[in-house]
Amino acid sequence: MFDLTGKTALVTGATGGLGAAIARSLHAQGAKVVLSGTRESVLAELAAELGDNAFIAAANLSDSAQVDGLVAKAEEAAGSGLDILIANAGITRDGLILRMKDEDWETVIKVNLEAYFRLARAATKGMMKRRYGRIIGITSVVGVTGNPGQTNYAASKAGMIGFSKALAQEVASRNITVNCIAPGFIASPMTDELNDAQKAAILTKIPAGALGEGSDIAAAAVYLASAEAGYVTGQTLHVNGGMAMI
Amino acid sequence: MSEVLERVRKIVIDHLDADPDKVTEKASFIDDLEADSLDIVELVMAFEEEFDIEIPDDSAEHILTVGDAVAYIDGKLKS
Repeated sequence: MFDLTGKTALVTGATGGLGAAIARSLHAQGAKVVLSGTRESVLAELAAELGDNAFIAAANLSDSAQVDGLVAKAEEAAGSGLDILIANAGITRDGLILRMKDEDWETVIKVNLEAYFRLARAATKGMMKRRYGRIIGITSVVGVTGNPGQTNYAASKAGMIGFSKALAQEVASRNITVNCIAPGFIASPMTDELNDAQKAAILTKIPAGALGEGSDIAAAAVYLASAEAGYVTGQTLHVNGGMAMI
Repeated sequence: MSEVLERVRKIVIDHLDADPDKVTEKASFIDDLEADSLDIVELVMAFEEEFDIEIPDDSAEHILTVGDAVAYIDGKLKS
């Protein structure tokens, strides 16, 4: 089950905790993995750790031209067509709305949502020809529930979900699925920034009583990337310890 | 039969897995050859690649039959 041998995957934001966990799991299932991110040295470390079948294609997702070229760059690095796109890269620029600057809004939408559109558009072309594809957007529970101080981030993540549903309908007949994974609170550099009081407050809302781990999200990604999940499309898989049951 | 028609027919037959006898100049992609909207987009992309031309969306909308495609491509290649 869930064997990814012979498949090629691109993981954006592979320098982050979630992206690295997803890349490790896809690789462990046999996929060729192309790691993308902005910090090349971190990508190189991860690629070295994974060994064979791991490649690097660095890109800055706030630069449209780089995003448009990333799928081709990844395919060139791996020497094969892209089967699995994991749009994982995401940033936050939190602030209450009266304090939110235009650039905080624009940057978050551009990196989180617009880059997903550009990557999916580029990936779809080859996937349609090959009649196979798995597009997975890593969104967030707050895209569905909202969260004060994150109007930009929540909008970008909700946008990913709507985008995925529309694209899923467009390409379903070509054996391409488009799904989202919505992590809840996962232990990561992003949640490390929270203070103890904030963490304690969060834990009271999570029935599972703990933050999630990158591996929890990676397991969901492996499933949605697999051939076995071919009948699942346009869905959002919530992985959040029960904090929101939607 | 023109060379362009032959190349267009080959793409259409391959892509839509259509019966070659049905792929005439008058054949409508949607009505006669059972193409869906996504097939049309793919065909247009395949034409662009085959003939190294660009077919803008507003032109693509008017390419409904095999003959329409041939006429459009002929015009592009001559211009």
